[in-house]
Amino acid sequence: MRIRTAGVIAVCAVALVGTAACGSNDSKDKASDTPSAAAASGELVIWADDKRSEALKPFAEKFGAENGVTVKVQAISKDQQTTFLTASQQGSGPDVMVGAHDWIGNLVQNGAIDPVQLSDEQKNGIAANAIKAITFNGQTYGVPYATENLGLIRNTELAPEAPATVEALVASGKKLKAEKKVSEILCLQVGQNGDAYHSYPFYSSAGGYLFGTNAAGDYDAKDLGVGKPESVEAFKKLGALGEKGDGALKRSITPENSIATFTGKKCAYLVSGPWAVTDVKKANLKYDISPVPGFEGGKEATPFLGVQTFYVAAKGKNKALAQEFVTNYVTTPELAVALYNAEPRPPALTAAFDQVKGADADLQKWADAGKNAVPLPAIPEMAAIWDPFGKAEAAVIGGADAEKTVTAAGKTISGSIK
Amino acid sequence: MTTKLGGPARRALPATEPSRHQKDESRQPKSGTSLTAQFVKILLLGLVTAFAVWAAFPLIAEEHWFGLALLVATTAAILYIYLTPRHIPAKYLVPGTLFLVVFQLFPVLYTASTAFTNFGDGHRGSKQDAIVAIQTSSVTRVPGSAEYALSIATQGDPATGPIVFLITDPATKAVSIGDAEGLTPAGAVTVTSSGKVTAAEGYTVLNAGQASARSKEITEFTVPTQGGAIRSAGLSRAYEGKAGRAYDAVTDSIRDMTSGKSWVADESVGAFVAADGERLAQGWKVNVGFDNFTRALTDDTISGPFLRTLIWNFAFALGSTGFTFVLGLFIALALHSSRVRGRNLYRILLVLPYAMPSFAMLLVWRDMFNTDFGLINNLFGTDVDWFGGAASARLAVILVQLWLGYPYMFLVSTGALQAIPGELLDATKVDGAGVWQSFTNVTLPLLMIPLTPLLISSFAFNFNNFNAIWLTTEGAPFPADNTTNGATDLLITYTYRLAFGGSGAQYGFAAAISIFIFLIVATISTISFRRTRQLEEVYS
Repeated sequence: MRIRTAGVIAVCAVALVGTAACGSNDSKDKASDTPSAAAASGELVIWADDKRSEALKPFAEKFGAENGVTVKVQAISKDQQTTFLTASQQGSGPDVMVGAHDWIGNLVQNGAIDPVQLSDEQKNGIAANAIKAITFNGQTYGVPYATENLGLIRNTELAPEAPATVEALVASGKKLKAEKKVSEILCLQVGQNGDAYHSYPFYSSAGGYLFGTNAAGDYDAKDLGVGKPESVEAFKKLGALGEKGDGALKRSITPENSIATFTGKKCAYLVSGPWAVTDVKKANLKYDISPVPGFEGGKEATPFLGVQTFYVAAKGKNKALAQEFVTNYVTTPELAVALYNAEPRPPALTAAFDQVKGADADLQKWADAGKNAVPLPAIPEMAAIWDPFGKAEAAVIGGADAEKTVTAAGKTISGSIK
Repeated sequence: MTTKLGGPARRALPATEPSRHQKDESRQPKSGTSLTAQFVKILLLGLVTAFAVWAAFPLIAEEHWFGLALLVATTAAILYIYLTPRHIPAKYLVPGTLFLVVFQLFPVLYTASTAFTNFGDGHRGSKQDAIVAIQTSSVTRVPGSAEYALSIATQGDPATGPIVFLITDPATKAVSIGDAEGLTPAGAVTVTSSGKVTAAEGYTVLNAGQASARSKEITEFTVPTQGGAIRSAGLSRAYEGKAGRAYDAVTDSIRDMTSGKSWVADESVGAFVAADGERLAQGWKVNVGFDNFTRALTDDTISGPFLRTLIWNFAFALGSTGFTFVLGLFIALALHSSRVRGRNLYRILLVLPYAMPSFAMLLVWRDMFNTDFGLINNLFGTDVDWFGGAASARLAVILVQLWLGYPYMFLVSTGALQAIPGELLDATKVDGAGVWQSFTNVTLPLLMIPLTPLLISSFAFNFNNFNAIWLTTEGAPFPADNTTNGATDLLITYTYRLAFGGSGAQYGFAAAISIFIFLIVATISTISFRRTRQLEEVYS
């Protein structure tokens, strides 16, 4: 019996050594095999969200066919940034990632993306503020293909004139409400926990700022604007528009119902971005788009500019090909037009923008609304802003004391910026 | 008769024939099953081995020798246990044990080990990764430098030969060969109109597929020039770039070439820190000891609202479990009576909420509580700012929990009620007990024996019911002066916000707090289960 057991162990050991040996042999074979085997077919992996990945597929195939490589487009439907970070950390990430430009700071501090060297000619072909948005610490990270910013969408049947100031907007909204034509003055999403992105045009018009800029024009995380006297004043103005004031800003208008309330003709004005237009068109509304108005006598209302970007993953297996795709292929108008057709946001490429603007009158209006837009700060410290800022906004709109709230929010934010 | 007739006939057959036949008969079914069993066994063990071999590649590639040793040892143990006829109990215990280790023990150990690190945004990778990232992102184009057309070529085998860059100057159209030594003018070449070299004497020009297979080499390849180095921007363009920052291994620091500033590696924080305290963004993962734990205990903004959150957390878990149990039990008792008609229909209707995905239902309920557009205010004609006030928000989330949770309690109570013998209740009636008396003295105690463990697990589940809060209120309402801790925040949602809300993801800190939460839940559960055992001793 003992001998038999020993025999089994011996067999096992031999088998294991065999498999292990096989394993290592295999891996060696593989390592030396891959180049020649892949000589005919390198592989480029692109990650994008569901909508964009569909639009990308034909172009990816074309790029693959032209270059004799296979291109895989994979749809990542949720938490793209986190998924990308985790995957690249484990070495299973893509070569090219498509996402918003305000990820840059975080992606760079985690070493997940590489800079992209664009020629002057290529840079000149892209909207200047889009290039500014993807520039971080003096480097361009990625290639922008579409921009988006907030604008004021109004129901022209209810409000034929674009209001020049917030005050004019509120007055017109109040009048419509008194006439029982609408139930809300303004559809601007706030929600229970606020929305820093959507309230920023008003905040900036009232004089508030998030981060100061240094000599080079980059955001300076040490100069935090939230909690400063300017921000208190700005929040006081937001509070005056809030539930205890004019009632133009309400916590009951949430990201889920703001567009639906507008398309349901319950309000004449909607502050939103190009993504809302699809729904508005579906509702057969007569609409127009104008810049978000500022306060009377205040500064210009500057919405945030978001830039959709193609990134080269630093830990991708095929960086040379990824660079090739991003710098020399994404910069061609055809792709930008296709992506525009998948989701109508103004293309960042001037050539593509000119190509589609004839067919879509809204595009120029969005571009005008975004003329003063400031690129969303891409610095990692921005992550600390969203939540406290939004909550302070919701509290003030609900009637809380602006000074106390904003000072506390500023403290929370500076506390989490190390 | 038949036996007698058949007897001689059988006897007439050769003696060996029936015995062999018999043997075959007795063996065949047995060997049949053992064949299948053998086959399944071989298949499963083959799968295990195949899995091990498959898992070995990444481990070898990453040089995780410990992991590889563990893998080999485990596989060897499995093969040994199932290939020997001995160790019968082990054969049954091994799969369960392995799954326990993989799905329970490993995550717990991993969480615990993460709690002692600074793992999170900015500190995800190794120091080497950080150095590479810092150097790569500091490469900038030399201002005013030319934009070259590039072809990648090699001498010899496209897969292994040394790489050279064939670079065309856009102004002069002169083609140069760039290698690790520098630029030299090229011999006879064929150039396209765009300036890209398609063939060069003595070199094999790589196509995109061949080049992309050597991606890593190409991106790392530089041709030194006077002003910096020529690097590739993709496969068809090259630029002259300069690395702004470099790592110096001797001083273990990063030096900026232009400003001369240097950042020294600080292993205690996992970052390069300059003399003036400035940190480079790209850090690495290091052990920070008990920092995460002490931070949770000593930071006022965290430990301050802790007690209040803990009390509400208990109230929420008790409320969600208690009210759902009372309601569920009440309905179960009502429908237990045989006098109720259409009991099955009622039961189906009552179980409906349980069949709905709670994830979606929570979002629907959130919208129903909306002050201006919500169903609840519209239906009752009220104007309650549900999620705006602490008390109303708490009431709202408990109500939602009640709706989502009572069908479960109803189901388990119905089951437990059916297990109570009817004679027992008849006996109480005979003894003259009223309905209430027989319920409190007989039915309830008997019910509690099977139900208490379920109640405890339901409590533990609700104690950490992240979705219930996050999808409805996100912890709101928040006091105006504190945006990190809301009135309906549970410990888990509070933790989530602390760890992932402020400055990006902080896995180390999150792990530390989840250990605290684990300790709390474990303590409660232990005490409760001990008390349950006492209950069983009393009533059984």
